[in-house]
Amino acid sequence: MSELYYSLAEIMITAAAETWRDDGEVLATGIGPLPRLAASLAKSTFNPALQLTDGEVWFTTEPVPPGPRTGATIEIEGLANYDRVFATVWGGKRHAMVAPVQIDRCGQTNISVIGSHSRPKTAMLGVRGYPGNSVSHPNSFFFPAHNTRAFVANEVDYVCSAGYNPERYLARRPPARLDLRLIVTDLAVLDFGGPDHAIRVRSLHPGVSFEQVQDNTGFSLLRPEHLPVTPAPTAEQLAIIGRLDPNQVRKTVLKGDPPGDRRGAG
Amino acid sequence: MTVPDKRMSLDEVVGRLSDGMTLGIGGWATRRKPMELVRAILRSPLKDLTVVSYGGPDVGLLAAAGKLRKLIFAFVSLDHYPLEPHFRAARQGGLPVLELDEGLLHWGLRAAAMRLPFLPTRVGIGTDLIRQDAFRTIVSPFEDREELVAMPALKLDAALLHVHRADARGNVLTLSADPFFDELMARAADRVYVSTERLTSTAELDVARHSRYNLIERTAITGVVETPFGAHPTSAAPDYQLDLGHLKTYVDSASSPEAWTTYRSRFIDVSPESYLAAVGGAEKLAQLPVPVY
Repeated sequence: MSELYYSLAEIMITAAAETWRDDGEVLATGIGPLPRLAASLAKSTFNPALQLTDGEVWFTTEPVPPGPRTGATIEIEGLANYDRVFATVWGGKRHAMVAPVQIDRCGQTNISVIGSHSRPKTAMLGVRGYPGNSVSHPNSFFFPAHNTRAFVANEVDYVCSAGYNPERYLARRPPARLDLRLIVTDLAVLDFGGPDHAIRVRSLHPGVSFEQVQDNTGFSLLRPEHLPVTPAPTAEQLAIIGRLDPNQVRKTVLKGDPPGDRRGAG
Repeated sequence: MTVPDKRMSLDEVVGRLSDGMTLGIGGWATRRKPMELVRAILRSPLKDLTVVSYGGPDVGLLAAAGKLRKLIFAFVSLDHYPLEPHFRAARQGGLPVLELDEGLLHWGLRAAAMRLPFLPTRVGIGTDLIRQDAFRTIVSPFEDREELVAMPALKLDAALLHVHRADARGNVLTLSADPFFDELMARAADRVYVSTERLTSTAELDVARHSRYNLIERTAITGVVETPFGAHPTSAAPDYQLDLGHLKTYVDSASSPEAWTTYRSRFIDVSPESYLAAVGGAEKLAQLPVPVY
């Protein structure tokens, strides 16, 4: 049986692209090369209405490749200055996939500090736009390394984005527009489809077991009765990804650029 | 009444600032930071500053030189080096902060600009941000009864901004595609000092043609200082781009106390003319390639 080779990065891109499938005409933001390629793939295939930026200040007609920009000129279709991006965030016409450092069972995430806030063990970026994003528009998450340091047992060290944690809300009711969608990792695709938005495994990447995902997660995951394997990228998708990423940045994100199908890898 | 002449020297601007002030610094991360003004502050005895910034090397330099009493921020980043090393060292050393969402920072400046004590928002709900002492929550007085965050006004004693063109009266043009939140910084501040790439006549500004680039009226502007390449190593596109090479030198300056001392003596404790020569000269800076974000 001759099967198409695809890398782990590529199946993560095709799995992540799904998060924008039914969004219609919104700003799609993917932070980091793989989420960005995922948004680009979604726009280039099943949701051409998505609007993308060049990562700086312009909306572009076509996705802009990660890395150096040689080749064809980029057509600009609009101005995406920060004031306008904030307005778009608050208006809700956006769906972002971001790459936090930690996530907990409620979907709360952290990119600010490890350790205490007043004297952190590790100071990272700061909360950036996470708090506003989380209560304004749909959000999805990307984790290149699914492990118990990222999927933490207790609350994240500093709650930067709101989650489904009733303790944090008046009348225990999260804001109406809190809408957490997919979590794409190097092991699986997860979502918030359990009772009270509990995190469940939605599909396992080829060759990964539920136990492996659970062992690398600091909290209990829901296992649906039917647990499919994450669909492999199609030949067409792989060709499009190749065009979207002429600098092959996708090969540099995951250590050793491992294969996407780990069946029989022992 | 005469037409105001707001031209000043770097040292005059710094001389009008005082210890303990709250300063807003314009620009965003690696873009259009008033770096020449920041370097002048490093050369001065000013201390105990509270700084409000969409932070980049402006915050890093002030932190490295021990000028900060408190930082009000949503991030400090060098974009191409996401983690700002001097900021990290200061933060991990216990520098007091008020941490904000990027939009909340905007909202706090807008509240100050509108002379309001706060503005309501949903941003921060459900996060640790609003557990900081500065915040209160309020309940909507309307039928929805929604719990909202009261974002306190971020009143600035002074704002430091970098623009592309200005005349002596304080009419300014910011020619880059993204003005960031410089206008709000100016409106939130009691006094506003701008460094400009070029000081020109009012006619040369050609405001009628460049109306969208005229972010704020001159009544808001206190002082103007001409600083060619005054945003370096950050960008002031379209005049010049980010200097990635120098950014690396800057990042390396955080590797040891000796490295910082060397950086300081080469690039901080020198005149703007010597600085320009030390970083390669005007011709080189004018030809820096467009970076990829």
